[in-house]
Amino acid sequence: MDFRYLPVTETDKAEMLEKIGVKSTDELFSDIPEKVRLDRELQLTKPKSEYELKRELTQMAAKNANTLDYTSFLGAGVYDHFIPSVVDHVISRQEFYTSYTPYQPEMTQGELQAMFEFQTMISEITAMPVVNSSLYDGGTAVVEAMNLSVGQTKKKKLLISSAVHPEHRQLVKTASVGKGVEVVEIGLKDGQTDLDQLEKELDEDVAAFIVQYPNFLGQIEPLEKIREVLDKQPKAMMVVSSNPLALGYLTPPGEFGADIVVGDTQVFGIPAQFGGPHCGYFATTKKLMRKVPGRFVGETTDENGQRGFVLVLQTREQHIRREKATSNITSNQALNAVASSAAMSALGKNGVKEMSELNMQKARYTRSQLEEANLPAAFDGSFFNEVVVKLSKPASEVNEKLFEKGFIGGFDLGRVYPEFENHMLIATTEIRSKEEIDAFVKEMGAINNG
Amino acid sequence: MANENFPLIFERSKEGRNGYNLPALDVPEVNLEEELDSAYVRKVQANLPEVDELELMRHYTGLSNRNFGILSGFYPLGSCTMKYNPVINEDVIRLPGFSHIHPYQDTKTIQGALELMYDLQVHLEEITGMDEITLQPAAGSQGEWTALMIFKAFHEANGESHRNEVIVPDSAHGTNPSSAAVAGFKVVEVKSNEKGLVDVEDLKKVVNENTAALMLTNPNTLGLFETEILEMSEIVHEAGGKMYYDGANLNAIMGYARPGDMGFDAVHLNLHKTFTGPHGGGGPGSGPIGVTDELKPFLPKPVVVEKDGQYDFDYDLPQSIGMVKTYYGNFGINVRAYTYIRTLGAEGVKKVSEGAVLNANYLMRSLEDSYDLPFTQHCKHEFVLSGNRQKKQGVKTLDIAKRLMDFDIHPPTVYFPLIVEEALMIEPTETESKETLDHFIDTMKQIADETENNQDVIHSAPHKTTVKRLDEATASRKPKLRWEAEV
Repeated sequence: MDFRYLPVTETDKAEMLEKIGVKSTDELFSDIPEKVRLDRELQLTKPKSEYELKRELTQMAAKNANTLDYTSFLGAGVYDHFIPSVVDHVISRQEFYTSYTPYQPEMTQGELQAMFEFQTMISEITAMPVVNSSLYDGGTAVVEAMNLSVGQTKKKKLLISSAVHPEHRQLVKTASVGKGVEVVEIGLKDGQTDLDQLEKELDEDVAAFIVQYPNFLGQIEPLEKIREVLDKQPKAMMVVSSNPLALGYLTPPGEFGADIVVGDTQVFGIPAQFGGPHCGYFATTKKLMRKVPGRFVGETTDENGQRGFVLVLQTREQHIRREKATSNITSNQALNAVASSAAMSALGKNGVKEMSELNMQKARYTRSQLEEANLPAAFDGSFFNEVVVKLSKPASEVNEKLFEKGFIGGFDLGRVYPEFENHMLIATTEIRSKEEIDAFVKEMGAINNG
Repeated sequence: MANENFPLIFERSKEGRNGYNLPALDVPEVNLEEELDSAYVRKVQANLPEVDELELMRHYTGLSNRNFGILSGFYPLGSCTMKYNPVINEDVIRLPGFSHIHPYQDTKTIQGALELMYDLQVHLEEITGMDEITLQPAAGSQGEWTALMIFKAFHEANGESHRNEVIVPDSAHGTNPSSAAVAGFKVVEVKSNEKGLVDVEDLKKVVNENTAALMLTNPNTLGLFETEILEMSEIVHEAGGKMYYDGANLNAIMGYARPGDMGFDAVHLNLHKTFTGPHGGGGPGSGPIGVTDELKPFLPKPVVVEKDGQYDFDYDLPQSIGMVKTYYGNFGINVRAYTYIRTLGAEGVKKVSEGAVLNANYLMRSLEDSYDLPFTQHCKHEFVLSGNRQKKQGVKTLDIAKRLMDFDIHPPTVYFPLIVEEALMIEPTETESKETLDHFIDTMKQIADETENNQDVIHSAPHKTTVKRLDEATASRKPKLRWEAEV
């Protein structure tokens, strides 16, 4: 078998071994105790030539129903949006995809500046002054928000709305065990956080309340009222997890006095790719800047006074602070942050607003058509691009039938909310045409009434 | 552009330009402002740039030209395994059946994705010698934390919740102690001996009834194999603790030895390092972990299961520590790693480690006369030089790093591990040719000569980069973290 990634020839090898002063490469492994040395070949699938492997993997990929071939109304945290062609061309530049963390700034100004621009864009969108250069994803960003609030307030009770993404709530629960945090879920009223319950649970032990805006059920949570409730315990932080696309039209959490705003920029230029990698963002106030997890890029000057960019505030991070670091996070999602930046740059000031509005318009059309097909929305509140409908049968059954007609249906809410059995969460993004929506609603009506 | 600021995308913006066309509004328009409470209608638009498509492409091309990747030149950044990122990986992940699938699709419609995950797990289990792999953690640090949470759950299930100490060598990556702290453990340090290995006598002293685990990188961050690994496993296991393998350096031993055979109970891998993820300018990564059978019940959920050729997710794991990452991990990175492993097979994977170790030892023996080499035994995939000799003559390791840039070489990792003064941590990887290594050797020797004869050229380096040395201290003292429009 030829290995096209291995350049050292037999002649090279002989010269190198001579320089090292050994007879064979095996001698270089002689420090591995015999007892732990593997005395057989690894049992792996036989390697394939480039052509054969590509063909096999193409066939494997073809076993998956993709959202280019099928018309998808599935969202629930991961959305099927328009991705400008520029995005893939930008992130395919090897200087972005094969470099690593810009520890040597003179050689990596491009990456550093791209991160600085990402920070600025998310700062603009969320109306928060301080943004890091990305985290693993929206879910882990919620966990980091919990960690920051607990560390900062020294309080051990965390309130979280039941309308926060179910998986994000699970991550919080998993991580709370390490941190010794008590997590209390605040229930729902008509698809939004129950503010009476929030008020009841809010006491002086609370580190933070985490709410999602728009929430998992598509509803626009009343951040203004939530802020009023939280003001009764001024130390409790207001953490908002927010779809940044929605903020093209909705008032950003920063304007409601949020302490921390987190979310995922998957909506900007990142394909679903089965749930990851996506790109978390973490935005906060100047006051909390030095407690933030992950990397920051800051502006500075070089010896000649020319503008440049460097990693800053690294004394928060694990490679310096070790067990006293603000977080154990090492890598970020740089490549995806560049993808999102390219998408946000292409859309620009007006495009982000326009795309946000298009989502709202199309989702309202879906909602009104579904209502006409005898599938009224379950909630009356304002929403972004997702609606919940109650079905006459299990959502999984409806989805199977939709799939036969070329549709990927909505999210089966009964999977995670027992109270919403037979409810489906339906997302309509800007790329769904009127014809697609009409055809989907027609099938939905027929299946539901059939 | 010399001596001129490279513009920010915001500085290229001009009102009235745009780089997009969105689908038209083809449904009856609703008056949103009437529907929404006005408090929730955004009044001031986010000030994003307004640029046309050419300007956008020029901007990012310009940025990429101001960056250094593996295709730009040699990148011996120790501990990061900067090997060539095969381009086939990029083609495979862009197949619509991999990049455009939703995590909540019915599993019957994504059998190819589940098959890939399952088979990748099987391959990684064999390479590491572990019983079960989960692909969920997003990166190495999350893998570490996940494994520690599993240890915690295991000890609790055995009525030993008092075990609250995690032992970490003084040469360890900073993530180890940091992950332990986030998982709620107290960190206890164990010393290295004069050979750069864990001091087993000291280990005996710090192990006790509160020991939850020992975290170890093997080969360690000095690039040295922990020869007393079996003794160490025995000491920790006898005390009731668990052994954790930091897989950052797995590239050194694939096909030669497996963490599972060394007594490790849990292992993380950095697929973006060892298995060509790629590095992405700092991420995304992927940090699967492997565990022994005994720890399997505690794995994060869901796990991929196979029955009669059909694949599915199993969420029914009552002892699971819960979910640690949304959906199923960084699938896009896992697809690339799978493509890489299937390109190499068993023979190729072993040749990778052979090449990595050969290249590192060749560099080490070629440079040991010009620089101090604190540990002289054969290294594995990387080695650590000390710039102490040069420092005494007035040239710091940081200066050496900056001078390397003049030769289109990315500097090694510097000032780590902490136990070596003026450390230069060099990892060439197996994908570099002898010619590239010789160029590096010549350059390093030249810098050593310049230290004696021509220090000015080192102190004024770098000479070719788009900016000169940057003021990092002020940048952290008065952080400016975003662009502000000039008023």
